[in-house]
Amino acid sequence: MDPKSVRAQYQEECFDFAQRAVQPYASVHDRSQRIADHVVPELAKAGYLAPFLQQRWGGRELDMVSLGILHEEIGRACSSVRSLLTVHGMAVQSILRWGNETLRQRWLQALAHGEVVGAFAISEPNAGSDVNGIETSAEPRLDGFVLNGQKKWITFGQIAGVYVVLAHCGGKPTAFLIERDRPGLTVTPISDVLGTRGSMLGLLTFEDCFVPATNLLGRPGFGANPVALSALGFGRYSVACGSLGIAQACLDASFLYANRIQRFGSALRGHQLIQQMITHMMTDVSAARLLCREAGRMKDEKDPQEVQCTFVAKYFASTAAMRAADNAVQIHGANGCSVDYPVERYMRDAKVMEIIEGSTQIQEITIAGLGFQAFEQQARASASTNRQTEFA
Amino acid sequence: MSQYKNDVRNFFSRQFNTEKLSDNDDIFSSGYANSLFAMQLIAWIEKDFDVTVEDDDLQLTNFNSISAVAAFIQKKRSPASAET
Repeated sequence: MDPKSVRAQYQEECFDFAQRAVQPYASVHDRSQRIADHVVPELAKAGYLAPFLQQRWGGRELDMVSLGILHEEIGRACSSVRSLLTVHGMAVQSILRWGNETLRQRWLQALAHGEVVGAFAISEPNAGSDVNGIETSAEPRLDGFVLNGQKKWITFGQIAGVYVVLAHCGGKPTAFLIERDRPGLTVTPISDVLGTRGSMLGLLTFEDCFVPATNLLGRPGFGANPVALSALGFGRYSVACGSLGIAQACLDASFLYANRIQRFGSALRGHQLIQQMITHMMTDVSAARLLCREAGRMKDEKDPQEVQCTFVAKYFASTAAMRAADNAVQIHGANGCSVDYPVERYMRDAKVMEIIEGSTQIQEITIAGLGFQAFEQQARASASTNRQTEFA
Repeated sequence: MSQYKNDVRNFFSRQFNTEKLSDNDDIFSSGYANSLFAMQLIAWIEKDFDVTVEDDDLQLTNFNSISAVAAFIQKKRSPASAET
């Protein structure tokens, strides 16, 4: 079978799974502020928890484009469940890439099989976008470190069994893998947030929490940045694809509603201003999908420019999801403000996408900076070519 | 190693102006590069030279100058490195 057909088949598989095992429970996840008990076992059974892992660790060696498709379809069904795949994947990726062999042996298969949920802890009460402002400290001791501080807004912090935690050790960023049952760590649920309400956020409090040196990921200082940035890059890509899923869900709901509901003697779909909103959504979804696929392709090819591409994909897809949700609620009218229809949930979930994994404003600053960098490089290259031409 | 130095300088020049950058200038402390660039550098090294950067390799001294990066690449591509 040609690669395009393989991918289309995989998308169909992910869609079928998401519509059967996830979507029917999405509003329950939102209202009860937790995911249903069957979700993690079903994701594990389908091989969706860490599919990018090698087979020796229980994975399917899935490429990043296909992973993006999976996160899109799960995000289309339920943003909270997609957020589990995001943070679980970030934890897995950190251990795979930067953990020592003991950590890999201890955790990777367990994470792939859903025996334990992984989470990623950077944000604090006083630091989110400003990663350099984190206050959680790690004091070196014989054979380890003692952590003090708090991590807030930790997705699936309530049920995770292991966390990747970023602290600072003498001013140097340092990354650790910390088990839930480590003495000195307490987890407090955070509830009643605006969107992705089923993502079971936690507040982690570290009070003289000893962590052995063998739980280090990377090295203190320079060596912790790749740990954090590579995980955040995975998270950014996942959120981009999940945002695409939200936008697609908004479009699906709007087609259904506009086709069915009659106003002023005809179906809504016949009204031009409704058509305008549908067109905006269709165009945004198409563009977001192309950007996400391109980011996935560049990740698979280990293209160094992938970083910029993923920033652009996340920025566009998350803002497109917000625009789509705005249009979807508008098309639904008063029904769009009622929990009887899913679009109000999509709007709340879309807003969260504009804040997490690099807020819209952070994306704008970063993307412009990368753009000017490329512009200057091109100018230098042109100047160099002109000088060579002069002397030819 | 001089070929690796040329490759590294060319890669650096795609990101920032290297006209006044000597082989031993620290690109991080002198403000040429930030942590995001470090990620791009690691990705480029792994892709173009077919090596894997391990957690033990994540030391500033392996990546902070043209000479340092070239030496790191040479070490990773040496037969002794391949056997470990």
